Amino acid sequence: MKFFTIHPVNKNFRNHQNQMSEKTILLDHGSGGLASQKLISELFLKYLDNPILRNLEDSAVLENQPGRLAFTTDSYVVDPIFFPGGDIGKLAVHGTINDLAMRGAKPLCLSLGLILEEGFRLEELERVIISISESCSEAGVPIVTGDTKVVPKGKGDKIFINTSGIGLVDPEINISSKKAQEGDAVILSGTMGDHGITIMTRQAGISVQGDLKSDTMPLHNLVQKLLNELSSNVHTLRDPTRGGVASTLNEIAENCGLCIELSDESLPIRPQVRAACELLGLEPLYLANEGKCLALVSWDKAEKALAIMRSTKEGSEAVIIGRLVAGKGGRVIINTPVGGTRIVTPLHGEPLPRIC
Amino acid sequence: MKYLDEYRDAELAKPLVEELKISVTKPLRIMEVCGSHTMAIFRNGIRTILPEGMALISGPGCPVCVTSASHMDAFISMADRPGVRVAIFGDLFRVPGSHGSLANAGARGAKIDIVYSPMDGLEIAQNNPDELVVFLGVGFETTTPGIAATILAAKNRNIKNFVLFSTQKTMPAPMHGLLSDPDLKIDGLLCPGHVSSIIGAGAWEPLVTEFGLACVVGGFETADLLKSLTLLARQVGKNEPKVENVYPRAVSWEGNLRATKMVEEIFEPADMEWRGLGVLPDSGLRIREKYADFDAEVRLDIDLVETPEPKGCKCGEILKGMNTPKECALFDKICTPENPIGPCMVSSEGTCAAYHKYGR
Repeated sequence: MKFFTIHPVNKNFRNHQNQMSEKTILLDHGSGGLASQKLISELFLKYLDNPILRNLEDSAVLENQPGRLAFTTDSYVVDPIFFPGGDIGKLAVHGTINDLAMRGAKPLCLSLGLILEEGFRLEELERVIISISESCSEAGVPIVTGDTKVVPKGKGDKIFINTSGIGLVDPEINISSKKAQEGDAVILSGTMGDHGITIMTRQAGISVQGDLKSDTMPLHNLVQKLLNELSSNVHTLRDPTRGGVASTLNEIAENCGLCIELSDESLPIRPQVRAACELLGLEPLYLANEGKCLALVSWDKAEKALAIMRSTKEGSEAVIIGRLVAGKGGRVIINTPVGGTRIVTPLHGEPLPRIC
Repeated sequence: MKYLDEYRDAELAKPLVEELKISVTKPLRIMEVCGSHTMAIFRNGIRTILPEGMALISGPGCPVCVTSASHMDAFISMADRPGVRVAIFGDLFRVPGSHGSLANAGARGAKIDIVYSPMDGLEIAQNNPDELVVFLGVGFETTTPGIAATILAAKNRNIKNFVLFSTQKTMPAPMHGLLSDPDLKIDGLLCPGHVSSIIGAGAWEPLVTEFGLACVVGGFETADLLKSLTLLARQVGKNEPKVENVYPRAVSWEGNLRATKMVEEIFEPADMEWRGLGVLPDSGLRIREKYADFDAEVRLDIDLVETPEPKGCKCGEILKGMNTPKECALFDKICTPENPIGPCMVSSEGTCAAYHKYGR
């Protein structure tokens, strides 16, 4: 279901951008006074307008919602704010949509909270808002309420975003990592580590041959397709963001009390991601993804699930990477090419590059 | 990826596993000197398929792990000084000193930059002329040439606010002392591939002559590891110790002479303190007087205070191969990657971290 149509992005924004290029965020923009009003009307409403947001009331009222609601929140502080494949605005929309989707919810709407640093260039803010507008449009999920605060220079880092989201869960659907069952196939919707390595190489100022870019994308359509066709055969869905596939699988194993067995050779990693990881001494298993999901599906429906996922653009590179087995519960192990095994632990601390 | 994929090929690995099995004809203990080898062996699950009679012992080749507690304390107190900004490799960030780590110093306001190359440290110095950038030099021959090149670049570019605090260590210097210990019964060494690319496979020859050790210089991929262990088992089985190089795509007999020459231009041998091994003569490198302007120990007043090892921590014994992490009472109980007591747990190359991560 949709509330309303979102206005398409104004294609003439470049002219506007030029006028704004020298302007920066001032403390006044967060004062609630005239400058705040101007920001709302000339920037936020310009790109994010819809009947609910347009009311500019203290809260959005969502009329006549039947059934169970899913509710989630996430904050976004990525540095750099623009990177190949996306930006902080896109992440803020996709991340929260995906959190809803991972419980089987159809996302209805989002909130948008911005914390801006004094001196942040208006032109960059506009780029972020345009990106949010485009992402919302493409996903069909509007921003219905928002807030902006400005902190003095040095007390923030350009822009921090919080988005919360509400979604509707079908009465039949009960997706949870506790529902994973022995024998389930573990399917990953595509390659891993793309987002994490893109950000880390950008931070390090390292350029790697080949095209590294973030995988940020919304997954709710893929999830709905999977649930429509396989309903209760889909037991668990998780998006392996921070901590990567390794940490998320450990959480699932912990929650369902089973052991997850992976095959080393099946793990999908782009060659350029692998090259960058080799260079920096990082493991793709521990790097963040922003457009991938792990689906745990009954073994006899695994091939079907794979075919459904592969029929979507989000899941075109999906693969079965492993299986839930009895044995030492709460563990994730990998079968290595030499016929040996190793344990995959969750991530400890931030992934750091190594000396040698 | 060229030079990686072909050496990770499962089809290639299977016959090598069989070859390894039949090559072990008597019990033998092999030390993998390098931390990257320890990790690669675990990552490939090789410990879980080792033939009966073959034992692998981890050696002192993790640079962070062998950094003494007193050096670590000096690093942290340096980061706390006003006007100083330290540049480090990522591994060092969470290593505990006697009062917290560099991560703690960063949280209380110290300026710490995690860099990927010492050259990044030089860039930081150039961009922050009012600060003195101290690069904390921790590592073996794999990192020393890059550091030497950076000092040369600093000199050429006349950058005066960049200095090095050298705790650089050399191989195979500590091995002589270590192998003289009669309690450590080692039959062979898996010699470090990256270090050998600089010092050359020939550098291990004295250990063959002096201790009758089997020595194989090996790479880090599946096939490299299996082949290296097979050759070590054969040498020990036939009692024909020698240096064999199965990593010729990176290592030559004489090493990288250009890199060695550059290192010699900047550095001279010095006694160095190793965690767990004590002060070993001529096992480290200090900056020559000619380049004293780039020596943190000359430019800054550095007090090395003798710091006792954490109570109960067996990192010293583990680095010497005398104990395994499982024989340490702190391992996986008090000492974990989230709360590391000793350096072997904090470094991703460390033996305890490897056992924790892969070996439970």
